[in-house]
Amino acid sequence: MADKMELNEVEVWDGNYAAAQALRQAQIDVVAAYPITPSTPIVETYGAFVANGYIDGEYVMVESEHGAMSTCVGAAASGGRVATATSSQGFMLMVEVLYQASGMRLPIILNVVNRAIASPLNVRGDHGDMYAGRDSGWVQLDAFNAQEAYDLNLCAFKIAEDVNVRLPAMVHQDGFLTSHTAQNVSPLSDDEAYEFIGDYKAIDEMLDFSKAVTYGAQTEEDWHYEHKAKQHRALMDSYVVIDRVFAEFKEKTGREYKRVESYMMEDAEVAIVALGSTVETAIQAAEELRENEGLKAGVVAPRCFRPFPFEDIQEVLKDVKAVAVLDRSCPMGAMGALFNEVSASMYTTTSRPIITNFIYGLGGRDFSLEDAKHIFREQKGHADVGYITTQIQQFSGLRGPKLGFFESKRSK
Amino acid sequence: MIEIRWHSRAGQGAVTGAKGLGDVVSRTGKQVQAFALYGSAKRGAAMRAYNRIDDKPIINHAKFMLPDYVLVIDPALAFSDNITENDKPETQYIITTHLDKKELIAQIPELQDKSERVYVVDCMQISLDTIGRAIPNAPMLGAFVKVSKMFELEDFLESMKRVLAKFPQKIIDANMSAITRAYNEVK
Repeated sequence: MADKMELNEVEVWDGNYAAAQALRQAQIDVVAAYPITPSTPIVETYGAFVANGYIDGEYVMVESEHGAMSTCVGAAASGGRVATATSSQGFMLMVEVLYQASGMRLPIILNVVNRAIASPLNVRGDHGDMYAGRDSGWVQLDAFNAQEAYDLNLCAFKIAEDVNVRLPAMVHQDGFLTSHTAQNVSPLSDDEAYEFIGDYKAIDEMLDFSKAVTYGAQTEEDWHYEHKAKQHRALMDSYVVIDRVFAEFKEKTGREYKRVESYMMEDAEVAIVALGSTVETAIQAAEELRENEGLKAGVVAPRCFRPFPFEDIQEVLKDVKAVAVLDRSCPMGAMGALFNEVSASMYTTTSRPIITNFIYGLGGRDFSLEDAKHIFREQKGHADVGYITTQIQQFSGLRGPKLGFFESKRSK
Repeated sequence: MIEIRWHSRAGQGAVTGAKGLGDVVSRTGKQVQAFALYGSAKRGAAMRAYNRIDDKPIINHAKFMLPDYVLVIDPALAFSDNITENDKPETQYIITTHLDKKELIAQIPELQDKSERVYVVDCMQISLDTIGRAIPNAPMLGAFVKVSKMFELEDFLESMKRVLAKFPQKIIDANMSAITRAYNEVK
């Protein structure tokens, strides 16, 4: 029986340590890991917990991230609670197996500590790896700080393992900005956390020899399409469970999560839509603009990147005049992915606010309060004249000549 | 909001120092943030660590700050790094050096109009004498306690003992004397 750990009501943890503690409290059967910066401390800390008797499960060292996720798939199909962590290049090596995991409906939890993708090599945070996972069939939850990295890990097990979901889930946090930033974190006790997550319920486990099952079978054009459509539907419909788990979590802790978080949107005229730690910096910028310049700024943040909260985005942005959607991943020949998804949501409404796109923060480039304020003020400029006064896609915080693309055909 | 910037070399313990400071401050009911900029830096490379302290939750995740305190724990970085970057009229500097304050300031033009805001302490010698290794982070915390007047020394030592609880008693004791000596010696 694993030892329990005494935790203080308030701890000072970074995002990695917070995630490792949540994994320990979940009492996972198998963690298979191949460490990579900046997610390394999650599995390093978890390994120490195993070695020191705080966990009964297995810790499997493997030869690559492809091996790590493959081992997770095997362990999950065998009937165990399973998790791991990765970043960047490691995530890219896992991608092939990510699709296997979701297609086999295995509720694995993957902590993705977001980091830029080479080349050039860079260990710092951007969302290139998170975006690379967006068609992989996983639930993707996004933490903006260390407390949320802890909380969302607890929620992720409960969501993924629910009998009506049975899909793998990623918990994202920003490399270094969250993963290596220590902040006040209020954890649950070991008993409370485990009670919230609950025992693992195996479904169609391969180790049940009384009932033989096959995982990863081949289907050609006869059935493949139906399987994939069903899988898509399971992910689309998972929002019901996500909402329920968030409500139960609020009941237990008082901390409230929504699939789309919104801040000061009740009367907002302009808004920033963003992901990750940037969300909080943008909130502070909006607060300061409201106080000092009377600019009615608000912030919208998809907590749940997949399933994409299409209708909730429509609802929260319907009364806003101008929106800047921020993508922390280089779209390489297109508009940013978040811009495209938010724009699609809003195009199908009657309000259709002005929407522009900012690329920012690649490879960990700092995003300051002033950067956020500049973006808000530009949106105010669009709102006042009623059309886009800048290029539609701009780059924030880029050195050298200003870079931007496309002009609006919508002016008065 | 109080903002602190540490100038250090990788391996000197600025990250541990910043996190330790955050841990102690959080025990007084305040909200804290501790982070560092080092990436894949190798031991000895110049790096920076940061603290923010406030009464309400800290949501600014930018690296950019106008520091209230600049803590320099490597003697050479006072000369080679831009320690006065984003200085404001109240910024206070605590610099580890074997020189006395006058000698130090005479050699660093950027500090010459800020002498009343500069404090010196020999964290290297103190850590060699007390801990037995050149790990200048603990003494810097002692100097910071004195200069900032943010805590009573006794309360700080008590909290620090709890933060270090996982270490052997010998190491805890050595850190306590390092903190105390720097508290008494910073000028």
